[in-house]
Amino acid sequence: MSHATSSLALYIALALAPSAALAQESHAHHPHVGHAGAESTSNPRPAKAPHAGHDAHAAHDMHDSHAGHAAENAHDQHAASSAHDGHAGHEPHDAHAARNSHAGHAGHAGHAGHDMPAPAGAAATDPHARHATAPGAPVEPIPVPTDADRAAAFPPLAHAHVHGGGIHSLVRFNRFEAWDADPGRGQAWEGKAWIGGDVHRLWLRSEGEREHGHTASADLEVLYGRGISAWWDLLAGVRHDFKAGPSQSWAAIGVQGMAPYKFELSATAYLGERGHSALRAEVEYELPLTSRLVLQPMVEVELHGRNDARRGTGSGLSTAEAGLRLRYELDRRFAPYVGLVHEHSFGNTADYRRSEGEPVSDTRWVVGVRWWF
Amino acid sequence: MTRPLRPSLPSVPEPVSPGRRRFVQGMAFAGLAGSGLLRLPAHAANAAAPVELRGTAFDLAIGASPVNITGRARQAITVNGSLPAPVLRWREGDTVSVRVANHLAGVPTSVHWHGILLPANMDGVPGMSFDGIAPGESWLYRFTLKQSGTYWYHSHSLFQEQAGLYGAIIVDPLQPPPYHYDREHVLLLSDWTDLEPAALFRRLKKAPSFDNHYKRTAGDFLRDVREDGWRATLADRGMWGRMRMTPSDLSDVNGHTYTYLLNGLPPAGNWTGLFRPGERVLLRLINAGAMTYFDVRIPGLRMTVVAADGQYVHPLTVDELRIGAAETYDVIVEPAGQDAYTIFAQDMGRTGFARGTLAVQPGLAAPVPVPDPRPLLTMQDMAHGDHGSHGPGKGMEGGCGAMMAEGGCGAAMHGAHAGHGVAKPVAHPPSEAGNPLVDMQSSPTGPRLDDPGVGLRGNGRRVLTYADLRSLSGDPDGRDPGREVELHLTGHMEKFAWSFNGIPFASAEPLRLNYGERLRVVLVNDTMMHHPIHLHGLWSDLEDADGAFQVRKHTIDMPPGTRRSYRVRADALGRWAYHCHLLYHMEAGMMREVRVEERA
Repeated sequence: MSHATSSLALYIALALAPSAALAQESHAHHPHVGHAGAESTSNPRPAKAPHAGHDAHAAHDMHDSHAGHAAENAHDQHAASSAHDGHAGHEPHDAHAARNSHAGHAGHAGHAGHDMPAPAGAAATDPHARHATAPGAPVEPIPVPTDADRAAAFPPLAHAHVHGGGIHSLVRFNRFEAWDADPGRGQAWEGKAWIGGDVHRLWLRSEGEREHGHTASADLEVLYGRGISAWWDLLAGVRHDFKAGPSQSWAAIGVQGMAPYKFELSATAYLGERGHSALRAEVEYELPLTSRLVLQPMVEVELHGRNDARRGTGSGLSTAEAGLRLRYELDRRFAPYVGLVHEHSFGNTADYRRSEGEPVSDTRWVVGVRWWF
Repeated sequence: MTRPLRPSLPSVPEPVSPGRRRFVQGMAFAGLAGSGLLRLPAHAANAAAPVELRGTAFDLAIGASPVNITGRARQAITVNGSLPAPVLRWREGDTVSVRVANHLAGVPTSVHWHGILLPANMDGVPGMSFDGIAPGESWLYRFTLKQSGTYWYHSHSLFQEQAGLYGAIIVDPLQPPPYHYDREHVLLLSDWTDLEPAALFRRLKKAPSFDNHYKRTAGDFLRDVREDGWRATLADRGMWGRMRMTPSDLSDVNGHTYTYLLNGLPPAGNWTGLFRPGERVLLRLINAGAMTYFDVRIPGLRMTVVAADGQYVHPLTVDELRIGAAETYDVIVEPAGQDAYTIFAQDMGRTGFARGTLAVQPGLAAPVPVPDPRPLLTMQDMAHGDHGSHGPGKGMEGGCGAMMAEGGCGAAMHGAHAGHGVAKPVAHPPSEAGNPLVDMQSSPTGPRLDDPGVGLRGNGRRVLTYADLRSLSGDPDGRDPGREVELHLTGHMEKFAWSFNGIPFASAEPLRLNYGERLRVVLVNDTMMHHPIHLHGLWSDLEDADGAFQVRKHTIDMPPGTRRSYRVRADALGRWAYHCHLLYHMEAGMMREVRVEERA
């Protein structure tokens, strides 16, 4: 019993975690809203707007704070004026060479012996050098575009750039297992699937159990999920329970995502017919023992708003399940596992079970396979 | 003088099954399996060098060819039936015409000339430069070469680059180069997968850490506790845990999926380039990998780097260099004293390697090094470790992480760099705030150009860093930037979503440049991954830590935890692709259009 109560404390702590983490994240992001100096992406001319007014000063800001660069500036002027004087292309480039060696290449001195000719010829082929003109103009002048250049620059296009983004999907059975224990054989599954983009996704989630060859419980959720922050998706949709008892439908809203320390977490609230309500929360963790052997603890808890004798669920905390599964990844996609699962029922749910002659809690070994595609 | 040769290959430092070994090493006779195209075996390896085409008029036929790299028959997308595509040898000043015919069944194709300055309609990006090349049709590329050096070409249509559509370009200079060499070899590195590339992308979207087999285990925890104590270990695990990230996430796709190729041959194929003792050999290194950074060295030889991305640099001699996806380096080696040297290019995550041999005759081999220990990202890589006053327990959601603008460590760092053009407290764009596609924000304060990078620090070898690269020509433009655009590299590891400023390509507006202007682009890496950022059509003139021109490149590596700036001279009108050159990052959204227009 005592480990069940300590588990309970953990459930509550974890159920509260998503909202805390969300708050933390939004706090982390907000301080940067409105900072200049970054590209304003909503602006159709994004690169320009945030820096308006800086243009004229950018160059000065940089060099004024660097007394040591004065010499370099001098070289700049020298280069420009040489070119202006109408010297052949070699002059300005010699100036460049001088400027470069000025820039502090002591480290290269040792390589002088590599019988490599002087670099003077390297850039001497610049056909535009003799055209350099006004101070502040580029050493290598910007060519004046012709109509042919303009036509070549912006050809009419029939198609936009095709991209690899688009629609993706994943189907993953995290639990797909069987057991043979008192009171009998059984199987269980828990899987989820998504299809969509990076932010908007359609989610399917399902879990259920079979005992003695009969389906004891089975549900399917169809949810729209939207990324609301780096680590959290908001989900809304419907859940349908095929079992236990008469089938029923719920409206569902919840969050799922990854909490700090890489806890995978989901919490969903349900509103059903005739005023029924429920809450389901689950947390999983993955602990690699080796690169292929992974220990996966998980805890799932269900709460209900009111008693439902036909389905054997009582108000308040109904059931909690803790599992520890050790899987071996034969392949990333296919990993057999063994696990130990403990399930416990509480309050009125426990009373219903007692009246049915079922045990209030159950511990069993399971074998299964985790797979995805 | 000849070292004993060891024909057998070492295993990667982990238990390797025979199947995995063949997969990692590939087949000795790997290559094109089509009739009449069968690649020659390794003992005639220099005959297996990619075909070189020269002149001014070229016909390239893009089609599907059967290949067998790993022991399984697959289809590659090839040019003239060759993987890699033929080396195109051009000459500066020439006007070249390249007719590209699409023989693929039912899919359009394209060829982009990476790093080549040309009119926008010749750039080969479907949807920006042209409409692509429909099946059964051809496209005539025609442009005049305004540069020289080592470049490469590849498809820009979906995932065709991954399937084999890449090759080397050499543009011979009109003036002799500022160094002497007797012989040259192209060393084109790439990554091959037997998976259909689109299936690999789908897998990345479902399970982004599929290839990360090195997540820290319970055993690692106990070892760290023994070595570092409980307190430090818990603090470390706590920090990574709060970020919900994994320090072994060095690359999204690694040697568990890829077989690494040198000139189209896997390690067991042992591509061999010949030399005569005493010759100076120019090696044109090209990283045509879709998702791979290679760390390249040739044990026994020092490499003198003479060009980066096709542009001459002040020569510098190193033992090893990291080549980011899409970068090129020209290095000169002087082999003498041994008959064979191993060219060893391990991936950044140390999960595999490409390998070849420089030898005096075909059929020789030298010992192949064992890959280095697998590195882990540090808080420095995450731009958290620079701040001495903060313990390692500070994570993303506190301390230095996202809170730079509020002072604390940000202010301290700013003080150290006061007055520099680029060092400022990091301000994040509003579009990152609360964005479900942005899983972390970083606070890098500098370019860290002199950092060899994760896995290369303190390895006892002289490793090239960006700080070593200085253009021989100086700044060809000479103007200071008239304005500054800051872009943050953003992503979400669990969703495999990538973007600039949290906005993926599909929803982003073009970045508009005024024709003729010179502007500064500041990139801040808000992810834990490297991103090689490539701007089409215009040079990226990398600045040093003081904001001064340093080196002209077409692809700028952005390691995690860095803030780097470069100057762009907008001297080519048109719509240009601007993107991360990790293929799947680009396809997942880390791309923009840069539009250079005349001011109205």
